[in-house]
Amino acid sequence: MTNTEHTLVALVEDKPGVLNRIASLFRRRSFNIKSLAVGGSEQPGLSRMTIVAVGDSAQIEQVRKQLDKLINVVKVSDITEGDMVARELALIKVKATASTRNEIMQIVDIFRANIVDVAPGSLTVEVTGDEDKLDSLLGLLCDFGVKEVSRTGRIALTRGSSS
Amino acid sequence: MKKTGAQILCESLVKEGVEVIFGILGGAVLPIYDTFPQYPQLRHILVRHEQGAAHAADGYARVTHKAGVCIATSGPGATNLVTGIANAYMDSAPMVAITGQVAKPVIGKDAFQETDITGITIPIVKHNYLVTDVAELAKTVKEAFHIAQTGRPGPVLIDIPRDVQQEQTDFVYPDKLDLPGYKVVSRGHPAQIKKAAKLINEAEQPVILAGRGIIISQAYDEFKEFAEKAQLPVAHTLLGLGSFPGNHILDLGMVGMHGTPCANMAVQNADLLIAVGMRFDDRATGNTREFAPNARVIHIDIDPAEIGKNIPTEVPVVGDIKSVLTALNAEIERREHVDWLSQIEQWGYEHPSLEIRQSDEVLPQYIVNQIYEATQGDALVVTGVGQNQMWAARYFVYTKPNSLISAGGLGPMGFELPAAMGVKVGCPEEVVWCVAGDGGFQMTIQELATLTQENIAVKIAIINNGYLGMVRQWQELFYGRRYVDTKLWNPDFVKIAEAYDIPGLRVTRREDVIPAIQKAMEYPGPFLIDFLVEPEENIYPIVPPGESLARFFEPSKPEVLEENLKDQLQNALQNAKKVKNKTPMTKK
Repeated sequence: MTNTEHTLVALVEDKPGVLNRIASLFRRRSFNIKSLAVGGSEQPGLSRMTIVAVGDSAQIEQVRKQLDKLINVVKVSDITEGDMVARELALIKVKATASTRNEIMQIVDIFRANIVDVAPGSLTVEVTGDEDKLDSLLGLLCDFGVKEVSRTGRIALTRGSSS
Repeated sequence: MKKTGAQILCESLVKEGVEVIFGILGGAVLPIYDTFPQYPQLRHILVRHEQGAAHAADGYARVTHKAGVCIATSGPGATNLVTGIANAYMDSAPMVAITGQVAKPVIGKDAFQETDITGITIPIVKHNYLVTDVAELAKTVKEAFHIAQTGRPGPVLIDIPRDVQQEQTDFVYPDKLDLPGYKVVSRGHPAQIKKAAKLINEAEQPVILAGRGIIISQAYDEFKEFAEKAQLPVAHTLLGLGSFPGNHILDLGMVGMHGTPCANMAVQNADLLIAVGMRFDDRATGNTREFAPNARVIHIDIDPAEIGKNIPTEVPVVGDIKSVLTALNAEIERREHVDWLSQIEQWGYEHPSLEIRQSDEVLPQYIVNQIYEATQGDALVVTGVGQNQMWAARYFVYTKPNSLISAGGLGPMGFELPAAMGVKVGCPEEVVWCVAGDGGFQMTIQELATLTQENIAVKIAIINNGYLGMVRQWQELFYGRRYVDTKLWNPDFVKIAEAYDIPGLRVTRREDVIPAIQKAMEYPGPFLIDFLVEPEENIYPIVPPGESLARFFEPSKPEVLEENLKDQLQNALQNAKKVKNKTPMTKK
């Protein structure tokens, strides 16, 4: 079986130590996490976590079932197969001089990204999209010299009205 | 009226029907202990080491089917519980472990005897709690017992800071649980049960793999009906012994590394495996790639995460064993598998290593078998880990439900004595035999004091070969007989017992085995027998690590070895010649 990326979405109780329990599970069972993003959900007391895990389908099914066994995990689904909306946000600090600033701003425009900070030697770009888009923009900005990058990792929801 | 956290804990334990607590005190649990005299219905058994408390609670839980409770102070008290908690987790024993924690204001300040026990135990508990608000305590205890005892049982730890034990609030024991993330499936899916029944009805060479899930679910009758109705031969995992009468015509004994030839051959030649309440541990399956190559697989278990974890499954049935088997019994047809059963029987007779050879030496197999004869199987056998455990598994006939209590998954040496203590406290009317190794016995030997202080009448049989025996066997077979650091200097165990005010006997001759066992049984209190056995006796057959179950090795039949195995086991073959002059004496 081949290794592929899977997007798992979990609704977890917002209690101390929950992230530790999940991280511990991944480490203990040698599951690979590519990214993990967590924040509030529509329900008070519950957070929504998006985990991008890499493995074959049997491994990912094990991940899902083991996550589901954690008492603080209320629900977990592998939404890879269905239709989903997945986004990631990145902040990129890129070197900018008087001669390159315009060119950078044009690229940022094309990607519908935003400049969120301007300094004498740099520009900080905020970009949202899927990972490919972020990778492409980063690739282009690399030519100018990227000083710092911070990416959130993927967050995702299924498309349509079902929850 | 307001109650302190310590009182609320005790009130909650009483509400949960707790009768016995195994523990040892220290600074961070003093408020709880100070409250115990107000609750005489809670019997506290003072152990000598926290590992003993955890193993005792585990043993107690396995025979009473109620959560065993252990308690320890913060820091070292809590970390000493860890082995026992991990063991309960691996073997799905319900346990509630209570630990004291340093007071809230100093948590995270590296206070005296502070340790992050909730952090430490995350991978080895079903769930754990750090209670920082006394108002949460009653609810936490209720949740802990519910989680520990339902579904696939397991340990739950509650860490209570010392100041929370002293703070006061109104005591209200909640009626309802609020656990949105905790789901237990009890009934199997009807469509899956139909599919399973179809496979069973069509199978020509079926074998059941019976695990401890049957015992946890107390589904002995349903399981017996299941096996008998479709004439399904029953192979057991180590912890599945005691789920089905060991003297039944369909019983094949234990499967796996030290399994019986008929169980291992049956599994390897089966066209259908029906795994019931077991998890395909590597000690049971051998090499998974070559495991049961022709078999379709039905897997019945309450834990969905066990399905497909180690072995691909064609028909999973997730649910409580008792409920699933009841449904399945209605769907399966009466069958006879005459050819298949006689083939399996043939495999049994072809392998005389199952028999106890004639010897002037005291043989471990003979001791275990004589304990069986003396008790007629009406005893609870608690084992250590290693050769003693395998001999106990193989040469005692488990006719009584749930009569083998052994540490299967984690394999902690030293389990035997404290676990036997817990078993005897849980079942005071039963005869409890602790089968120990001389190595493991010294890992928890301090609990002899607890036996005497509480007059817990455990009968101890030390299989004393002067070695860390199983490791020595591996060194003999797989490491060129290089016995690096396995030889033990041992104290005089009878004198040790005497110092603990426990009578004992040393047995060095075969003819003294039966009288010693009789004497131990007649004595009303705890009793110890130190059996000095043949030092280099091995447990056979053995499936070498990484091999298929069909390639088991036994010295009386060296020709069964495959070519590649011969290379690995040259030394073993030489040893086999040494012990070839054996004649069968008794057969199970």
